[in-house]
Amino acid sequence: MKADWTTDFLNQLSMDISVAQHNAPSSAVWQIESRHWQRFAELACGQQLRWSAGWAEQFAGKFLVNACFEKQGVYIVLRTIIDGAKPELPSQATVYPAANRSERHTQDMFGIRFTGHPDNRKWTRHQAWSKHSYPLRKDFPVQGEPQDITPPDMDYPFIKAHGAGVYEIPVGPVHAGIIEPGHFRFQAVGELILNLEERLGYVHKGIEKIAEGRTPEALARLAGRISGDTTVGHCWAACRAMEQAAEISIPPRAALIRGILAERERIANHLGDIGAICNDVAFVFAQMQFTRLREQWLRNNATVFGHRLLMDTIIPGGVACDVSMHDCALIKQEITRLRKELSEVITALDLNSSLEDRLYTAGFLAPDIAAAFGALGYVGRASGQRFDVRKNAPYAPYDRVKVRVPLETQGDIASRFWVRDKEINASLHLIEDLIDQLVDGVLAAEWKAPKADSEGLGIVEGWRGEIVSFIRFDGNNKIARFYPRDPSMLNWPVLEKLVLNNIVPDFPVCNKSLNGSYSGNDL
Amino acid sequence: MLRLFTKIVKTGIVTERFKVPGDDELEQLGIEIKRHIDKRFSGSIAIREVDAGSCNGCELEIHALNNPYYDIERFGIHFVASPRHADVLLVTGPVSRHMQTALLRTYEATPDPKWVIAAGDCAACGGEFGVSYASCGAVANVIPVDMTIPGCPPTPLALMKGLLGLIKT
Repeated sequence: MKADWTTDFLNQLSMDISVAQHNAPSSAVWQIESRHWQRFAELACGQQLRWSAGWAEQFAGKFLVNACFEKQGVYIVLRTIIDGAKPELPSQATVYPAANRSERHTQDMFGIRFTGHPDNRKWTRHQAWSKHSYPLRKDFPVQGEPQDITPPDMDYPFIKAHGAGVYEIPVGPVHAGIIEPGHFRFQAVGELILNLEERLGYVHKGIEKIAEGRTPEALARLAGRISGDTTVGHCWAACRAMEQAAEISIPPRAALIRGILAERERIANHLGDIGAICNDVAFVFAQMQFTRLREQWLRNNATVFGHRLLMDTIIPGGVACDVSMHDCALIKQEITRLRKELSEVITALDLNSSLEDRLYTAGFLAPDIAAAFGALGYVGRASGQRFDVRKNAPYAPYDRVKVRVPLETQGDIASRFWVRDKEINASLHLIEDLIDQLVDGVLAAEWKAPKADSEGLGIVEGWRGEIVSFIRFDGNNKIARFYPRDPSMLNWPVLEKLVLNNIVPDFPVCNKSLNGSYSGNDL
Repeated sequence: MLRLFTKIVKTGIVTERFKVPGDDELEQLGIEIKRHIDKRFSGSIAIREVDAGSCNGCELEIHALNNPYYDIERFGIHFVASPRHADVLLVTGPVSRHMQTALLRTYEATPDPKWVIAAGDCAACGGEFGVSYASCGAVANVIPVDMTIPGCPPTPLALMKGLLGLIKT
């Protein structure tokens, strides 16, 4: 029933594209000729497939280019091989805006040209390496050839606006708050935002490159530091990919504990975000209450799992921490207490007219734009996009519990606020259910070195939304290729849309309501 | 409004007090920090936080210093929006090459006398990322560092201890 659309779609494709099918352990791989790359996207878009992730690999003088699509919880990886001498293929960004920055990233990192791309400016590259060298090619040394001082990236061609009273506001990379670096370029008239352009890439740390040659354990540690607030999410996605490649399945107890960890991470971040959204409209009461609740939550993380942010709790094959009966009781008490606190604080916020005044109708993201850009997680779900990996493509332990996915359709900051609130409640239920289902057993499966060239695609629902993590092994139990796609990669572009016609002073709260990861985007 | 005030009154002051048994480490630390700040900095120091390439983990814990439990402002320590207002730069992350110039400029914009704290393992030694085509590694590879606070990320308590260490030297 579920896979029906693939059969129909393959039939439709057979009219003009020949598709070779392989079965990878993670999902179906459809291989096509590179010249059909864009045509496939057009047909896929017509069938309402969602563009999810794109990445490339280098293989003995050739490049493998991949794009991951999803529909009704079924994923396919589209693959093509292109010649190393003339690495180019037609862009999918003309059809899928979500592919835009991903293709530019691949272009910067591999030197693969996407012809007909609607925006051929560089994206990840600033001035740390030259225009004609490509860090993810095998002949590029991990140390590169950096200058003593990397110059600033001065000449990025931002879109200009002209006209009486139009002015430009450059913001960043160093921002006023305690946040990550990135550059925002506004064009405004008076207080009204005419256009916003993001320029990210400042925290590019070469994660994909330094992943190569790592052991599975070391890769898991690195994945846990792609985005500090999503350490569980990324680590889980990377471990899932490695476990697929190694063809091992994790013990049931480990899966349940992973679920508890992921839901705890979701709650911790939502608690922080709700407070911060209110703080950005100068409603400090909420900020104080929510940072207090978050601190209590993090302290229990440290007590039970040994780390406030839960870093390095997930390892290849399972988990590195156990929960005792005593811990379970502690967590349940904590949940009861948090529910009571939230019912008081949230009610106070709900009844506050000044908050209502600032959050409703501001930062509006229309459902059709959210769909076109493939917005994920709470950003998508506040604009009517219900997709949730836990629900639509369930993986252990979510295949044995009921996952409720809250949905809002208003698309404003208030919707993103309420989706977070509802997700906290849903996650509290989930943690209780997962604890009730805890079974005895080992915490990690024994690791088996994967076969040479084996690959895995780990897809999990992180707190920001769907995380896609691709891994390929070499023959020595080492990583040959790692590509993690943070949900921020798809959510950042919608910020440029949802701020339009808002006032400049509302930008911080618009931004916080989306809360993209800079580090997860820049890699 | 009534609910709001009721909640405020009911919550009370959670800031960890001087005489709370068991948690006196934080308070002892606070008292000592305050004493040194009063003596040497006329009552306050201003910190500009710079993320030079961090994964955002350190930022989350630096944020926590402002929550009602730690309430670091009571010791005269506050975070400011511009390096021009700062006594101390609190730098996190391995310095990504794309942030190198921005960090140097932030350093130059900070008036003398100034101190630099490298917070977190990445800032202290490059951490999981080290030196590569994209990363300069430790903060000390880019600007002079007066003190490092290890941890991945350092806990709020470790951050406070680190600050005290800086002030005392």
